[in-house]
Amino acid sequence: MKKIVKYVITDILRNKIVLVYTLFLLVSSFSVFSLEDNSSKGLLSLLNIILIVVPLVSIIFSSIYVYNSAEFIELLVSQPLKRKTIWLSLFTGLSTSLSIAFFIGAGIPVLIYQANMIGFTMILIGLLLSIIFVAIAMLATVKTRDKAKGIGAAIMLWLYFSLLFDGLVLFLLFQFADYPMEKPMIAISAFNPIDLSRILILLQLDVSAMMGYTGAVFKDFFGTYAGIIFSFAILVLWIVLPVWYAARKFNTKDL
Amino acid sequence: MRSLLFIMSVFLYVGATAKTIHVGANRTYKNIRAAVDAALAGDTVLVDAGMYKEKNLVIKKSIVLKGINQPVLDGEKKYEIISIMADGTVVEGFRIIHSGISSMEDLSGIKVYDSKNVLIKNNVLEDTFFGIYIQNGLSCTIENNQLTANGKEEQQSGNGIHCWKCDSMRIIANKVTGHRDGIYFEFVKNSIIWRNTSTKNIRYGLHFMFSNDDMYVSNIFSNNGSGVSVMFSNRIKMFSNYFEENWGDASHGILLKEISDGYMQGNHFNKNTSAIFMEGGNRIYMTYNTFENNGWALKIQASCLDVVLEHNNFSGNTFDVGTNGSLVQNTFNNNYWDKYEGYDLNKDKIGDVPYRPVSMYSMIVEKYPPAMILFRSFITSLLDKTEKILPSLTPENLKDNAPLMKKAF
Amino acid sequence: MIIASNVTKQFGKLKALDNVSTTCNKGECIALIGPNGSGKTTLIKSILGMVVPDSGFITFKDKNILHHWQYRDEIGYMPQIGRYPDNMTIGQVLEMMKDIRNKKAILDEDLINSFSLQNLLNKRMRTLSGGTTQKVSAALAFLFNPSVLILDEPTAGLDPVASEILKEKIIAEKEKGKLVLITSHILSELDDLVTRIIYMQEGKLIFHKSIEALREDTGEEKLSKAIARVMTK
Repeated sequence: MKKIVKYVITDILRNKIVLVYTLFLLVSSFSVFSLEDNSSKGLLSLLNIILIVVPLVSIIFSSIYVYNSAEFIELLVSQPLKRKTIWLSLFTGLSTSLSIAFFIGAGIPVLIYQANMIGFTMILIGLLLSIIFVAIAMLATVKTRDKAKGIGAAIMLWLYFSLLFDGLVLFLLFQFADYPMEKPMIAISAFNPIDLSRILILLQLDVSAMMGYTGAVFKDFFGTYAGIIFSFAILVLWIVLPVWYAARKFNTKDL
Repeated sequence: MRSLLFIMSVFLYVGATAKTIHVGANRTYKNIRAAVDAALAGDTVLVDAGMYKEKNLVIKKSIVLKGINQPVLDGEKKYEIISIMADGTVVEGFRIIHSGISSMEDLSGIKVYDSKNVLIKNNVLEDTFFGIYIQNGLSCTIENNQLTANGKEEQQSGNGIHCWKCDSMRIIANKVTGHRDGIYFEFVKNSIIWRNTSTKNIRYGLHFMFSNDDMYVSNIFSNNGSGVSVMFSNRIKMFSNYFEENWGDASHGILLKEISDGYMQGNHFNKNTSAIFMEGGNRIYMTYNTFENNGWALKIQASCLDVVLEHNNFSGNTFDVGTNGSLVQNTFNNNYWDKYEGYDLNKDKIGDVPYRPVSMYSMIVEKYPPAMILFRSFITSLLDKTEKILPSLTPENLKDNAPLMKKAF
Repeated sequence: MIIASNVTKQFGKLKALDNVSTTCNKGECIALIGPNGSGKTTLIKSILGMVVPDSGFITFKDKNILHHWQYRDEIGYMPQIGRYPDNMTIGQVLEMMKDIRNKKAILDEDLINSFSLQNLLNKRMRTLSGGTTQKVSAALAFLFNPSVLILDEPTAGLDPVASEILKEKIIAEKEKGKLVLITSHILSELDDLVTRIIYMQEGKLIFHKSIEALREDTGEEKLSKAIARVMTK
């Protein structure tokens, strides 16, 4: 497995899009930190980038990469290799290289300007989000044969997680305005890795006080070790489940 | 002429008869109680440095009680330390520690009962239940005292400077910290609170109720549990105060509730969850105030009427204005808003399109607080942008028709 | 060596393989022939395990290939369209394949030499022409001395010289007793290569006979003519 991962990573790291992505992250993180007068504000602006750009790039790049590698994957499958090995190598290669891109682009500036708990959480969550959306992209590609459809599905999935899901949450809140919704919201947030990540970071930043009663309820939960472990476990589950399911699908997929 | 002569003769008489009594380990009077008993109205009791345990020291005649090099008065956690029941009493220069704690009697470091012209000055109060408590006072001055308590819970802690049913008080340059409320006013009128610092109190830095015609100037209220609360009062003037870092779930820079005819000028609001929370305010004029880095700069409930904001600076606030209703009868004019994206074609330094300080998301949050879960999500910024282009939910007339292009001052 | 028994595969409504049974032995060079969409590629992919049959099974050296992968060690496969990671060089691709196969066996670098690929080792895959990519694919298929060679349209996109080199190589390998499976549209060039013909149509295996038998049956000397006969029958 290591062999294929090595080659996939060297291939992706030379990819122009990944280079541009890294550069974009680097430029925007540095400018965000140097423009804002205090660096915790910089972190907030960076949060938007992490929550929107990272999933978008991860999911679209990964799905395009997998589709473009269709023939290469076929070739690998014709070799004496387990399909699972091939699939996991592809996943590992993609997530490693996108994580490296994120770490260089956003992680290093954060470490320079905010080398504290919040900064570390932010980097960790950015990395997790990168990997989660690679996993989701690979699930989308294994489910759809057609490239255009698959990339469309990837974009829709991104749209769903970053926008539509929150729209639904808002709708739910309006519908159940008379009920205490704070606690169910904790459960609901587990269904969207972007929301979960956002809440985790916001609770670390002192803006949580602005979140009033909701914030207090959330802090009660996510502020405890159990809550933090729970939420990171959920995020990891967001990686494991799609990868496991996609690998299963790929195992019996006709190429 | 005759009256002048009379006054002078009185002055001479007093001057001639007033004596000074010393208290101290090497003096005739070893404890303060005996010296006070011996003193007559108009006398001065000078206390040498040292530790004095006087239980409850009651002053019933108009004397000057003055500490030299800060003698310590210890209430042994049982007693009210000094009780003043005479007009014109002066207490100065003591270190007053460990008063009793009682929820029934409001035990205090220094308590003034029904007196006028009392002066309490340059004292240090530590670990007192209530610090300085004025009940029914007139024209009293509390100046340059330092009050420190280590209250943890509201029930176990009294107020720093507590005035009840007073008139014409002067609260000047005191420092209060660790009490329940830093400065507490109830039924106090015509008074001034000037240059005080009230920080890290459990509840409010300043708590103000049913008190009319008061003024507070150049005070610093920071890091208090819930900021400053001014309620049910009329004709309050607030100048150049700093409201800072009142940052918490239920914190405000200042809570204004049922206030009429208020005037606020030159105040600074920095890093408060909500800088001003206003409910039931009438005819309040705010000008030249600075709102910076607050969660909400202004939360103005629909119950407010004729609140006018002019020439204020708003910058770095997450939300500029939040409100809960659609009918708004308050006026915003000529303020500077850093989020303003309009233009100024005729270069008169006034934006050509109105600024709407209420964002759609802040409306939603006001109605459905759990929506705060979506704070800083993509959808909320999208909603806000749409609302800016096509206003539908935000109050139509809540807007600054003439926003400034540059800071107002 | 390879036995397919009642292999059926359906893609949606299309029956790509319909109850196909055949046997391929070593030393043979078998041409898979049939019109577009007749199921040739699907059959090849089934043998390679890329497509899993709905029913029926395929054995490789008497072992069912289902859920196995080690048998592919003995297969060299040259795909119809070879595509490799854009940013890898030819050298890296060769290295990677050697890595994957991890074989101590003597490498067969004949094709690398005769296609002069060693001069292009630092070229990135995305810069290569279709023909050069095909050369890389061919070289890879033969590189590990496999006992079975599966070549999907091997000469498509190759220039005549390269085509000839490849054909000679195929013949040489066949002589060594290897099994070679070829699909091709250009029947004329199969003439001197193949020993047997599998003809497929609409997923069905129409016949599997030796080239001599075919010539006899149709009375045509040229493979292309013989097949044309079959098709118009």
